[in-house]
Amino acid sequence: MGKTVEEINQKIRDGSVHVVTAEEMTAIVETLGPEGAAKEVDVVTTGTFGAMCSSGAILNFGHADPPIKMQKLWLNDVEAYAGLAAVDAYIGATQVSESRGMEYGGGHVIEELVSGKAVVLRISGSGTDCYPLKNVETMLAIEDLNQAIMINPRNAYQRYNATTNTSDQTMHTYMGPLLPDLGNVIYAGSGALSPLSNDPTYATIGMGTRIFLCGAQGYIIGEGTQHDPKNNMGALMVKGNLKEMSSEFVKGASFHKYGTTLYVGLGIPIPILNEDIALCTGISDAEIKTEVLDYGVQRREKPVLGEVTYEELKSGCIEINGKEVRTAAISSLYVARKVAESLKDWILKGEFMLTTPIEGLSTKPGVKPMRQTGGLLLVKDVMTAGIGTIKPDVSIEEAAKRIIKGQFNHLPVVSDDGRLMGIITTWDVSKAVALAKRGRVEQIMTRKVVVVNPRDPIDIAARKLEQHNISALPVIDAKRKVIGIITSEDLSKLLTGGGRK
Amino acid sequence: MKIMLCFNSQIIKKPLIAEVILETGALVNINKATIDITGGELIINVPDEDAKKVIKSFKSRGVDIITLEKPIVRTDEECVHCGVCISVCPTNVFKYEADGSVSMDHKECIQCGACITACPHNALKLSR
Repeated sequence: MGKTVEEINQKIRDGSVHVVTAEEMTAIVETLGPEGAAKEVDVVTTGTFGAMCSSGAILNFGHADPPIKMQKLWLNDVEAYAGLAAVDAYIGATQVSESRGMEYGGGHVIEELVSGKAVVLRISGSGTDCYPLKNVETMLAIEDLNQAIMINPRNAYQRYNATTNTSDQTMHTYMGPLLPDLGNVIYAGSGALSPLSNDPTYATIGMGTRIFLCGAQGYIIGEGTQHDPKNNMGALMVKGNLKEMSSEFVKGASFHKYGTTLYVGLGIPIPILNEDIALCTGISDAEIKTEVLDYGVQRREKPVLGEVTYEELKSGCIEINGKEVRTAAISSLYVARKVAESLKDWILKGEFMLTTPIEGLSTKPGVKPMRQTGGLLLVKDVMTAGIGTIKPDVSIEEAAKRIIKGQFNHLPVVSDDGRLMGIITTWDVSKAVALAKRGRVEQIMTRKVVVVNPRDPIDIAARKLEQHNISALPVIDAKRKVIGIITSEDLSKLLTGGGRK
Repeated sequence: MKIMLCFNSQIIKKPLIAEVILETGALVNINKATIDITGGELIINVPDEDAKKVIKSFKSRGVDIITLEKPIVRTDEECVHCGVCISVCPTNVFKYEADGSVSMDHKECIQCGACITACPHNALKLSR
């Protein structure tokens, strides 16, 4: 025997509704079973609070006098998109400030608007007969706007992959700093409290579902971009009124050397219409699995280092490749719980009524990669193969002779079986000679060598050269054997058309 | 206890730390040191029971003292209790409590600053 959404709404109106959070529901289903839980509970509230980069807001500023048609505009020096009518704009969370760079961006502007602070609006227009004004600079706050509507193309992933890094460099990512040599694991999502994990077949969730969005009542307007239900990576597109939101649940954020984003608080009420739905909402952290991916590999497909559950992730430590690695979240379980509790509170007070979706979410599989017609040039296509190397116990004098004879600037130092141990450059040798230093190569070589793999795209090699301010990278295979070298000269030759080997 | 020592350029050449250690017998651990032509700034960690005599001994040698009761300051309105600080701190200053909030144990802090650049909400600062 089932319930209807209307029956539950009637209980909300007369104050007899029984609401629990998804964390509380896990224990209830365990004790009463799904049938008992479905009888007992009417609504389960969920919540998540984390970095959701695909977020932003449509703002309408009203018309200036004389009128202006915005060609470009900036809010606190963060550019917003103005390609719609005269005074409508979309500000995205990840757009960074032109004056302050990565420390301040669209996410912060949205937070400041929500908290009632004034922001500086700068507009440039082309000037037309109907919109003659060319420049405006003004200060305004959210109450000065006609509309301020949050529209987030992709929020509330059902789960997300946990991230780590096997490379020898810190990777500064949208998941925070991933320390070298499996130094940490960072994960996202609230596990058993996650909205979509509690209704993975979208039995009750769809277009038109009323939700908690950043402290206001918002709506699901469809599946999110990159929605991938087959891989348990469903996502939502949502909207809500920025003017009704609370800055407790909408926070701009900045990740060092990555850029800005927006922390969004989102909760969905799940009506317990029958025991199947009750069973789904009884899900525990131990039942939600995700993969640990190696973000040390700068490619679209990241190596999977293992499978973990949210229970393991929340324990603070997991084992990867035989090493104990500590885990922590980029999202906040503390605030996610507040989201679920606030939603529960609204329903209990009769301030929030449930809705029936007017259309379901897509269950079709598939996220396509980008079609790249330009082709991808790999390091192996450009590198110099079969280069000279040197052993660590060779004298500096002999190294100098080989460099002169070979007319190159970099000499990888390798062990007897060809594995990379270090590198010496003409600079290292000249310095040793200038200081009248006698000895072996291993005394002057650089041991921490920045390297590249033959199948890496050349863009990754170029980025490494720039980041480390160096001019060459040894190319190594999986066994660290040196198979070539790629230099900034090789890359610059590509631009002049002479380089492809 | 953590103590910040500020040296002026006149006394910078003297082996003050060695003198203080010899005089007090305290186990002084240097967490951080910056020294240049204008002076020096050091952060040391000393056992609580020795703090009084160590401070007295440094003061008698003309060193300015700032005691750092809280080496890291958190702006509570900015902190959202994620866990990025937990994941980068080398000395486990931060940890999750049962309610999901992130707490701090100042005793372990060596003021390396890793959490400060990592915090996505700009909620952490080194105190002075």
